[in-house]
Amino acid sequence: MEAEDDAAGAMIDDGDDEIRANGETQRHRPIMSGEQLDVEAYAALYTGRTKISRLLFLADKCGVVSMQLEALRTAYDEIKKGENTQMFREVLAKIDGRLGPNYDPDSAWSDAVDRRAELRKEKLENELNAYRTNLIKESIRMGYNDFGDFYYAHGQLGEAFKNYIRTRDYCTTTKHIIYMCLNAILVSIEMGQFTHVASYVSKAEQSQDALDPVTIAKLRCAAGLAYLEGKKYKLAARKFLETGPELGNNYTEVISAQDIATYGGLCALASFDRAELKSKVIDNVNFRNFMELVPEIRELINDFYTSHYATCLEYMGNLKANLLLDIHLHDHVETLYEQIRNKALIQYTHSFVSVDLHMMANAFNTSVTGLERELEALITNDQIQARIDSHNKILYARHADQRNGTFQRVLQTGSEFDREVRAMLLRANLIKHDYHLKASRKH
Amino acid sequence: MNLNMNSAESLVAQIQGLSGNAGDLTQLRNYLKQSDESLRAESTQLAPLLTELDPSMHSLGYLYILDACTSGPISKEQANEVVLSVARFVNACAAEQIRMAPDKFISVCKRFKDQVMLLDDPMRGVAPLLTALRKLQTSSEQLTTLHPDFLLLCLLSKCYKTGLSILEDDILDVDQPRDLFLYCYYGGMICIGQKQFRKALELLHNVVTAPMSITSAIAVEAYKKYILVSLIHLGQFSTNFPKYTSSAAQRNLKNLSQPYLELANSYSTGKISELQMCVQTNREKFDGDKNFGLVKQVMSSMYKRNIQRLTQTYLTLSLQDIANTVQLNSPKEAEMHVLQMIQDGEIYATINQKDGMVRFLEDPEQYKTCEMIERVDSSIQRIMMLSKKLTTMNENMSYDPSYLGKVGKERQRFDFDDFDTVPSKFNI
Repeated sequence: MEAEDDAAGAMIDDGDDEIRANGETQRHRPIMSGEQLDVEAYAALYTGRTKISRLLFLADKCGVVSMQLEALRTAYDEIKKGENTQMFREVLAKIDGRLGPNYDPDSAWSDAVDRRAELRKEKLENELNAYRTNLIKESIRMGYNDFGDFYYAHGQLGEAFKNYIRTRDYCTTTKHIIYMCLNAILVSIEMGQFTHVASYVSKAEQSQDALDPVTIAKLRCAAGLAYLEGKKYKLAARKFLETGPELGNNYTEVISAQDIATYGGLCALASFDRAELKSKVIDNVNFRNFMELVPEIRELINDFYTSHYATCLEYMGNLKANLLLDIHLHDHVETLYEQIRNKALIQYTHSFVSVDLHMMANAFNTSVTGLERELEALITNDQIQARIDSHNKILYARHADQRNGTFQRVLQTGSEFDREVRAMLLRANLIKHDYHLKASRKH
Repeated sequence: MNLNMNSAESLVAQIQGLSGNAGDLTQLRNYLKQSDESLRAESTQLAPLLTELDPSMHSLGYLYILDACTSGPISKEQANEVVLSVARFVNACAAEQIRMAPDKFISVCKRFKDQVMLLDDPMRGVAPLLTALRKLQTSSEQLTTLHPDFLLLCLLSKCYKTGLSILEDDILDVDQPRDLFLYCYYGGMICIGQKQFRKALELLHNVVTAPMSITSAIAVEAYKKYILVSLIHLGQFSTNFPKYTSSAAQRNLKNLSQPYLELANSYSTGKISELQMCVQTNREKFDGDKNFGLVKQVMSSMYKRNIQRLTQTYLTLSLQDIANTVQLNSPKEAEMHVLQMIQDGEIYATINQKDGMVRFLEDPEQYKTCEMIERVDSSIQRIMMLSKKLTTMNENMSYDPSYLGKVGKERQRFDFDDFDTVPSKFNI
């Protein structure tokens, strides 16, 4: 809390100079991460299928040929390690021969993989049938699980999901159930079925036995992702913030620790109020570990909290291009950014009786007219209680007179009540009349 | 019974003799009722009898004879005569006496209205009808059949102010639902004419939400005007009906007023251009319903609404900016709009012509004056009165035999305890 008081105090004491200084001179650090994404480093954060799909997503969205090819090359190498021939063909179509002879349609490889897959499938089927005739629960579970793994490796996600779910009837311990849930979650995330994710997370969390910290952390992440996709940013932020540091690199087939910092940080900025931001994000020891991995996010949250909006927005601007390339976040970047910006505007105006729009525009790196439009929208939505003096370019806070407001409301409620009651009495009389009419007609 | 000269004289004598006290009058009424048919048969010869009677003292007899006189076909030349004599009678007659034969009185007045319309001089009927309905009413809460006729004449002769005088009464007692529909519809139009949109909205609302088993043309027209007035006065229109609206209205009204709902829709976008487009496409329908004048008011209200919104946001704003934001052609036009609105008390602002700036002020009302206290007090009094009325009505209802019978039937078996919960069914 001290830091906050200091910052606010300084602002009021020193007035204009301080505000200007905030944005420009005082903290002129080089801001990184404005440059292009390092594909190799990015790919290294992930494993498994998500690595490939993230790379392909990157290649689709980035719009820079060199980066696209780099991503495709990494994806190609990665697929070759696995058995997913379908995806292999997709990547080849995208590469379109641009990467030279080393990245040709290696039909020998894919044929071999397909043949092996055929054999393996047969073998699994036989095994499963044998287990089923013997009615050994554990073996049947394993059999379905193997099938799930097999389909997952070959990119048939729907089939994989079905088989993982089938193990449910043969689970004997809570551990098995958790295992089943985690598999289902993994496949659902890949498929983009986030309602499934949410339901399997809650199923896993209901288990009676205490879960180990890594599993808890995994479930939190998955729940966070589900909320994020559902645009429930506040809940998403909570889940990401609750994620324990035990996660480490244990869930790279879904999410990296860096992502947790980014997703959690941005969602928290967009949806938390100042006090929550302080207690749940900045003072959160667990989350601090994550934020250390992405210093930009840490900096921008701190800047936001200490009201250095210009640097904060600058960080955000620099990060934006890369965030748009993120497979989960890209849809939400615009909304989150808008919400954060609005919150910054609201917070900025909150502590002043009057604000010079020139200075404010400076602090937000925008023009006075643009700022005026933004403020107008916020005032119309009742998010800022203030009025703009467009002539002198000053924003005046407006403190609603409670007494007058109450009088106004009372009189209005009174006349509404008056009207309603009279209308009601009238209707009641009409009904009564109608009723008498019917009664007299009967007799 | 043939009415010769003798019996005519005896009739006059009867009337003169039996117009003294209440008992005599009842006797006279019965007598007159019996001879009503023969009176009608002789209608042409009765006119001279009227001269022998005093309309203020022998009102009941006078009324029967007048009714018989006017029951036949009336030629154009006679019309003037009839109008005059009815008007005279209405002014002079005694209220207690005519209330003994309200049907007769109403039919005389209706004929009078028809004649006035025939003469194409509705103004002549306004004052007599007002007197007539006041005399016919037993209390100011009662709606008579003459109410709609009176309002119609007011509308036709543009005597809106006279019409308003009866609209201020709280009408609660209704004989004929149709009367109420027409009363509210015409009343709404009169209020629109006087730009009392709040009252108009209330009256039209009554028509739209009144209990009805089938949709009437009156309700449809009222709904159309309700949409328009709601846009003008409130700047918005909610297509949801209150839950007490009859199902017939909920089902049909919207389908029958599509162009108006489209208008409300385009209004809600807040863009003048879209509104204009909608008006253009539906122009014929609005014209056909004779609502185009109101539609034009809807359009101009949008400028006002947009300017009002600016007052929430800005303290000062140049006329040029106002013109830009509300899509007016020139700062000059914006100035005219703002000026008009200041004059009408719709916004509080000052215009600085030198710089072309408008300075918006807060509502200067401080709720400190004696007038304000009085207003609050009278409002409280009214509400207390209303809730008293509500309680009385609730009590009356709770021992109404037919109501109890119905409730009992629905419940099959009823305990005494059940009756306590019955009134709570009545939510406001």
